[in-house]
Amino acid sequence: MDQQISAQQKNSVNGPSAQVADPTAGYDGERPIHSGETAQYISFTIGNEEYGVDIMAVREIKGWTNTTPLPNTPDYMVGVLNLRGVIVPVFDLRCRFNEGRTKATDKHVFIIVAVGDRTIGILVDAVSDILTVSANEILAVPSADRAIDDVFLTGLVTVKNRMVALLELEHLFDPQSVPEVDGSDVEALN
Amino acid sequence: MSEQPTGFDDLAQFKQTFFEECGELLGDLEIMLMDLQGNPENATTDDLNAIFRAVHSIKGGAGAFGFTQLVTFAHTFETLLDGMREGNVPVTLGCVEELIRATDILCDLVNAAKENANLPDNHGAEITAALVALTASGAGAGAFKNNLDANEDPKIEASDEDEITVFDVWFKPAAHLFSNGSDPIMIFNELQTLGQVEITPDVSGLPALHSLESEESFLAWALKVTTNRGQVSVEEAFEFVEDDCGLVINAATSPDFPLQIRDIAVAAPVNSVVTPPPATPLPSATAPGPQTPAAKSPSAPTATSIRVDLDRVDQLVNMVGELVITQSMLNQLTNVEEGGVQTSNPDMVKGLEQLNMHTRELQESVMAIRMQPVKSVFSRMPRLVRELAAKLSKKVTLVTSGEETEVDKTVIEQLADPLMHMIRNSLDHGIEGPAERREAGKPELATVNLSAEHRSGRILIEVSDDGLGINRERVFEKATEKGLVPTDIKLSDNEIDNLIFLPGFSTAETVSDVSGRGVGMDVVRRNINNLGGRITVNSTPGRGSRFTMSLPLTLAVLEGMVVAVGVEKFVLPLTSIIETIRPNAEHVHTLVGQGEVLSVRGDYVPVVYLSRVFAIPDAAEKAAGGLVVLVDLANGRRIGIVVDELLGQQQVVIKSLEPNSPHISGISAATILGNGMVALILDIDGLQSLPQHDMSRKKMTGENGGRGQTRASQTETGKVEQCQSVGIEKEVRRIMEDQANLGVSIPSQYGQKPEQAAAE
Repeated sequence: MDQQISAQQKNSVNGPSAQVADPTAGYDGERPIHSGETAQYISFTIGNEEYGVDIMAVREIKGWTNTTPLPNTPDYMVGVLNLRGVIVPVFDLRCRFNEGRTKATDKHVFIIVAVGDRTIGILVDAVSDILTVSANEILAVPSADRAIDDVFLTGLVTVKNRMVALLELEHLFDPQSVPEVDGSDVEALN
Repeated sequence: MSEQPTGFDDLAQFKQTFFEECGELLGDLEIMLMDLQGNPENATTDDLNAIFRAVHSIKGGAGAFGFTQLVTFAHTFETLLDGMREGNVPVTLGCVEELIRATDILCDLVNAAKENANLPDNHGAEITAALVALTASGAGAGAFKNNLDANEDPKIEASDEDEITVFDVWFKPAAHLFSNGSDPIMIFNELQTLGQVEITPDVSGLPALHSLESEESFLAWALKVTTNRGQVSVEEAFEFVEDDCGLVINAATSPDFPLQIRDIAVAAPVNSVVTPPPATPLPSATAPGPQTPAAKSPSAPTATSIRVDLDRVDQLVNMVGELVITQSMLNQLTNVEEGGVQTSNPDMVKGLEQLNMHTRELQESVMAIRMQPVKSVFSRMPRLVRELAAKLSKKVTLVTSGEETEVDKTVIEQLADPLMHMIRNSLDHGIEGPAERREAGKPELATVNLSAEHRSGRILIEVSDDGLGINRERVFEKATEKGLVPTDIKLSDNEIDNLIFLPGFSTAETVSDVSGRGVGMDVVRRNINNLGGRITVNSTPGRGSRFTMSLPLTLAVLEGMVVAVGVEKFVLPLTSIIETIRPNAEHVHTLVGQGEVLSVRGDYVPVVYLSRVFAIPDAAEKAAGGLVVLVDLANGRRIGIVVDELLGQQQVVIKSLEPNSPHISGISAATILGNGMVALILDIDGLQSLPQHDMSRKKMTGENGGRGQTRASQTETGKVEQCQSVGIEKEVRRIMEDQANLGVSIPSQYGQKPEQAAAE
């Protein structure tokens, strides 16, 4: 069930007129500044919730395989897998959002994405769709109690009465930050 | 080639090559001048020629790229060298030292050009003045040539400068000559500056038009050069094409004159001058194109080589690594024990065995590509020693051995700084002044030994001196001053010696301007460890100290022992394993605050449970009756690692976890086993400092997906070295956060500073 999104497919879909969202643009911690541009997202489900990631960041979709756990890592880090010779860490998105661990079966799926110079995998329940969204359809995330939403989502879109939350990948699984703790704590160490 | 229009991109590529070559030439220059400095009376024309050529090449390239400052200086440099090799200027120690200083300026200018920086116009002005003065002071036409000649091999006839000689030159370029950008017309032009030249081409080598390759050379020439500049000048004109042609130069009085051009094989030795032509006709000159010429005379010892982009080599190494993995997968398929299929096909078995062998050979060859002799690193040391000794007014000599020992290129690059640092330490702290040495009955001249050798699959590099050894009192004092150890702790001699490796120990009270980096021994140790190596120290007070670095031969592949802990597999570096024991209960003891120790032949070795350190459920709980693997640590200590099973020894390809995954303490890298699964390679030095999870509360339930809930509790107080690692602090903090989220309370020990924890 390995499915690589070919470069051609990406290019042809974006077309000459639309400006594609630069995958790094949104990941500087700022909101992407599109105006009237369209971008594409791959949407997937975690339980009843639907999320989307920038299609330009997605490298492939991999069926579930066994992973090797990395000791002494946060719970949401499932482990590492062998992607054609490259060691890729895999993260449980459900767990990252504090909704418990995913009971992975062979129906689950890894979305392999490129974030900066890292390649990582995200464990999701299922992939739903490819969405074409124009910038003015993206709504800001309403400020909520849960601190996670603010940092890890870049916006919301409504697609056929479904709400899709668009993920910001860079800080989601940043190896530098201690989970749920502000980075300045790390500085205080010896 | 690039798709962009030629111009900037190509120029940049050539510049890159030029700077790489400059780097090599400057390196060679330094070595040659060092040799000369040690022995100026025995300088030969050959030596001076080689030095001249190096500077000349740099000047030529610099001219092509328009680095005017560099060209001007190189020209002055070259003029002096020319004077020296012609015998006009005597080769004295003072002169050589100026040359060495000039090389430094040359280096500065090259670096400035490389970085596009601007050096002031008068940079190196005094050196320039000195060079000019020396050139001018030359006594004139070959006054000192006799000295050079006396040192010369009688092989080359030194021709008298003023006398006009006619030289017969046979020149037959190899077919590929033009591909190097060489053009015979340029050579002939240069010859014409020497005097009169008569040129007769020989077109007998031209093939029929339809088989003519437009970019290859098929012509040969017979030249008659009338000059007073001596044979050397004539030879020099052909210098850049030496390797690519057949060339015979004879003074016309020689009886070899009527030799047919056609008969000169391209592979003829180039530097021969007086060699008589073979009695039988040489093989036809249409030798297959780019055949490398036969070995040249001993004065040009370099083997033929090609320049390869390091990326390509890395890619090759990677592919071979993948091949090893695939091959071990195949092996596994026919390995019944691992769940493979028993094959009754003997051909298949034989085929697989051969595949094994070939893969291993291929791997060794490919690894060898990246190997370079440590000479390139060692060669910088004598100068360092000389300068530092002079500055500190001590008499020191550096003795090197094993320079030809080969090491992976990446290792070499990382070696330079640690070596320099250790030698600096040695001279600074270890070696006494001459008066002090005399009083102690030691020879005034102190010796620093630098050696490299292969031993049991690793490279051993030693830096030792015959100085005072480590001043243990002072070291202990400093360590307690800086709060690195509690004042009342009792340490063995060896433990005190190892204190110098603690972070925070480095002094840098006076930052020496030789390296000026102020790095401490802790950085040295870390660098060596990062290379997969270890560094140990041995010291005898009053007699000297010895630092031993043990480095792996290659960085890409590891001989490993695969072990099982619970359902997980890990890889231990085989070279660190001393032995495996199945201890009896009576050999396992519990030490208060330290965890368990194993008594092994009278020694007590701390025991580490991988299951606890990595929170692996369903693994061996007891060392007694279990399997304990005894390993050697970088600091010379030993620990015993409790595992469930030994699964076998195999070569594994090292795959880095970074940059994709975070760094994990206790894990150095990963590899891919024959079944395609990832196995983690243990960093045994990092294991001891990890907190142990209390596995007694673990549960393995479906919900948790196989990673048991654990409650961390520290069963080992931090030992001195362990508490220094920031890694453990991070681990502890992270666990605290996790547990705080789960609402579990933590022993107060976690909140203390490491020193306090250690003191308890």
